Amino acid sequence: MEILMSLVVGVLFTAAVYLMLSKSLLRIIIGTGLLSHGAHLLILTMGGLKKGAAPLLGEHATSYVDPLPQALILTAIVISFGVTSFFLVLAYRSYQELGTDDMDQLRGNDQYE
Amino acid sequence: MSLLHVAIISPFLLAILVPFLYKYFRTIHTGWFVLVLPVLLFAYFIQFVSTNMHGETITKTANWIPSLGINFTAYIDGLGLLFALLITGIGALVVLYSIYYLSKDKEQLNTFYVYLLMFMGAMLGVVLSDNLIVLYTFWELTSLSSFLLIGYWYTREKSRYGAQKSMLITIFGGLLMLGGFVLLYMMTNTFSIREIITQVPDITQHALFIPALILILFGAFTKSAQFPFYIWLPDAMEAPTPVSAYLHSATMVKAGIYIVARFSPIFSGTPEWFWIVSAFGIFTMFWGSFNAVKQTDLKGILAFSTVSQLGMIMSMLGVGSAAIAIDSIDDGFYTVATTAAIFHLINHATFKGSLFMVVGIIDHETGTRDIRKLGGLMSFMPITFTIAIIGAFSMAGLPPFNGFLSKEMFFTSMTRVVEMDVFNLEALGLLFPIIAWVASIFTFIYSMVIVFKTFTGKFQPEKLKKKPHEAPIGMLISPIILASLVFIFFFFPNILAYTIIEPAMASVIPSLLGDDKHFHIHITPWHGFNLELFMTLGVIALGVVGYLSLSKWRSVYGLVPEKLTLNKGYDRALFTLDKSSSTLTKFYMTGFIRDYLAYIFTFFIILLATSLIITDGFEFQLAGTAPIGIYEAVLAAVMVIGTITVLFSKSRLTAIIALGSVGYSLSLFFVLFRAPDLALTQLLVETVSVALFLLCFYHLPEFKKKEKMLRFKLTNLIISLGVGTIVTLLALSANSQRVSETISTYFIENSYELAGGKNMVNVILVDFRGFDTLFEITVLGIAALGIYSMIRLRVRKGEEG
Repeated sequence: MEILMSLVVGVLFTAAVYLMLSKSLLRIIIGTGLLSHGAHLLILTMGGLKKGAAPLLGEHATSYVDPLPQALILTAIVISFGVTSFFLVLAYRSYQELGTDDMDQLRGNDQYE
Repeated sequence: MSLLHVAIISPFLLAILVPFLYKYFRTIHTGWFVLVLPVLLFAYFIQFVSTNMHGETITKTANWIPSLGINFTAYIDGLGLLFALLITGIGALVVLYSIYYLSKDKEQLNTFYVYLLMFMGAMLGVVLSDNLIVLYTFWELTSLSSFLLIGYWYTREKSRYGAQKSMLITIFGGLLMLGGFVLLYMMTNTFSIREIITQVPDITQHALFIPALILILFGAFTKSAQFPFYIWLPDAMEAPTPVSAYLHSATMVKAGIYIVARFSPIFSGTPEWFWIVSAFGIFTMFWGSFNAVKQTDLKGILAFSTVSQLGMIMSMLGVGSAAIAIDSIDDGFYTVATTAAIFHLINHATFKGSLFMVVGIIDHETGTRDIRKLGGLMSFMPITFTIAIIGAFSMAGLPPFNGFLSKEMFFTSMTRVVEMDVFNLEALGLLFPIIAWVASIFTFIYSMVIVFKTFTGKFQPEKLKKKPHEAPIGMLISPIILASLVFIFFFFPNILAYTIIEPAMASVIPSLLGDDKHFHIHITPWHGFNLELFMTLGVIALGVVGYLSLSKWRSVYGLVPEKLTLNKGYDRALFTLDKSSSTLTKFYMTGFIRDYLAYIFTFFIILLATSLIITDGFEFQLAGTAPIGIYEAVLAAVMVIGTITVLFSKSRLTAIIALGSVGYSLSLFFVLFRAPDLALTQLLVETVSVALFLLCFYHLPEFKKKEKMLRFKLTNLIISLGVGTIVTLLALSANSQRVSETISTYFIENSYELAGGKNMVNVILVDFRGFDTLFEITVLGIAALGIYSMIRLRVRKGEEG
């Protein structure tokens, strides 16, 4: 199972990096979204996908899945959500002000010679 | 902190007061206040002469950084005292001269005297420090204050060019010298020069000994304008003339000489030291005097002549160092070179100082320093003319001036090189007297040029800006004093012999001290008809011929094309450095974020792949993995399809929805992998994110019309495949080799006992690891505030922010 998930994570990372290397600002944001999905899935996979009960003591099971990676992912989800939404609004604002989303046109103009 | 320390740093203290004196006493020339200090210091240092004569030295220590062995140790021996007297004595004369030279109303006197005092203090610190790090600190302060003084008229481009050039070259040497000091420390474990000298027998075979020697010589050669580092000195002539007289003839350029002399007890006796110091010295002497003849600017001639004379002193110090290797012959047969070096050091300071002041007077009274415009000034400026003759004849090595004596001793020491049989001198020794003799002929020629092209010949009033007349008496005092010293030292050289020169020699070559702890030196104005005298006669004869036929052989200077000179080389090197670093930066700093991301990802791939290969870290095991269920397999396929859809979508709507589908499949994975809280949060967050995307949908940029599909790029594909592969490989090998067991059994066992909660994830979030949650809330709050302010706060063009 972990091997399959590792491959899926690899696909997510590949797609994310490919999108981040594109010119369009919106595609870069979508790329970061995919990258965070990949990262979250990776944490979960690395925590071990051994079958066990959900980490609720009410289950009275003999074994539980590892609760720690889940707590870490929960924190990461919230933070990446905050960052993504900020980034999205930033893109929206810059498109509004500058009239382009082409990263090639958004390059710095600090030419001093 | 003793009185000696106060004396050393007193110029700095006075420098703090100078701006106030300048501001509140505008009617009095600021220089008068400054003048008091060097006079007092000179008087203070004079009293140490008798101490040193009896072979005693003075050491005073003030703690600075004792834990690192760095302390402000002031140390007065013969060598340090000689320099201290030069610095304060000539310093006083230069300040006096500058009072008349610089106008009270037109010049920024406050900055001038602040820089000058900084320089004086730094120079005193260099020559009186025993600690290497303190010495280096003061050394860099001399470079800095010299930079400020050369660029004193900072509105002129040439001043700035000269200042930058001297800064770059001397700091380059200074830093290498620091490297040499550190190497010395590594060998001896002390920064004190005297303690290093006691350890010399232990370190001569050390592997770092020769590197330290070379690095320290770099510092000395750059500061003392030796070949090929002399190029900054002629450009430093853009400084006001008192500065040139003080820094670039008498004191700062001799700091390198001081370093060579000071480190002689450590390094001399080795062939490397002998050959580098004497060969570079003698060649610099020839090169400087050869080039001085070509100059048409009086200060240019003096600059090259300084280079030449410094080379001469350097070569004598080098030859003197060989005396240590030959200890069989006593009675100063070989040590005469060291005597001559120190004697000429003093003589050069006197005549070169006076010559610079003379040139300053000519510049001041006629408005030009170009010898092609000058001529026939003898009748207008009789006193200046007399001083110029004394200075120039002494420089040429003619009697009855002190330059004659040191020139004779120079010839003596150079002819004795032939008799040395160490360091392969049997074969090459003869070159020394020959080069020295040729260089002396050129010295004679340019000395004559200074005097006769300026003061005799045709008077050309139409080329001069001002009507020439004799300088005010105040301006003449300092050069008159120096010129009289030139005379006095010829007739009574022995007033220097045992007071100054002998103690200084004891510092330079202490291992050759005789049983009575003294060197026996005797300098006489007349030493009979011998080889040296005939060499001098030859110099005069050939010099006169050379001077008279100067116009005929002048074209020899055109033989070397301008492009191949060292100055052009320096300029070109600087330009190339500038240009190529800018080209390099422009090559990779493209301004495209995509390129930077590509660099980052590429390095990520290279770094991780290499370390995986080097450590043989990749491992793959099926054991211990959970079995693949049908649901997971289907969901994985859905996720991959969603991802690919994002990649190939033509419209942004498809992309957003496909992204959403990936997010929802992720939350389904969370369900399958028994993570209810995660599934809940992921579902919610994904919904809100997609909603946010759709909310902005109307405003969001359309994927470009003309290229609806994401344009395919092979490099991007390779990079992204590389990243994906590396991540997968890392995940697989990390999964296959677990180092230790999970710590989660603690959470499972204690979340109810200790925290009273049954939902372990929530207990971890708010109880066991509550801090994470606090700051995650903060992140969310900041993001919300940021979004709010981004939308609400807008600065339009022309509006205040």
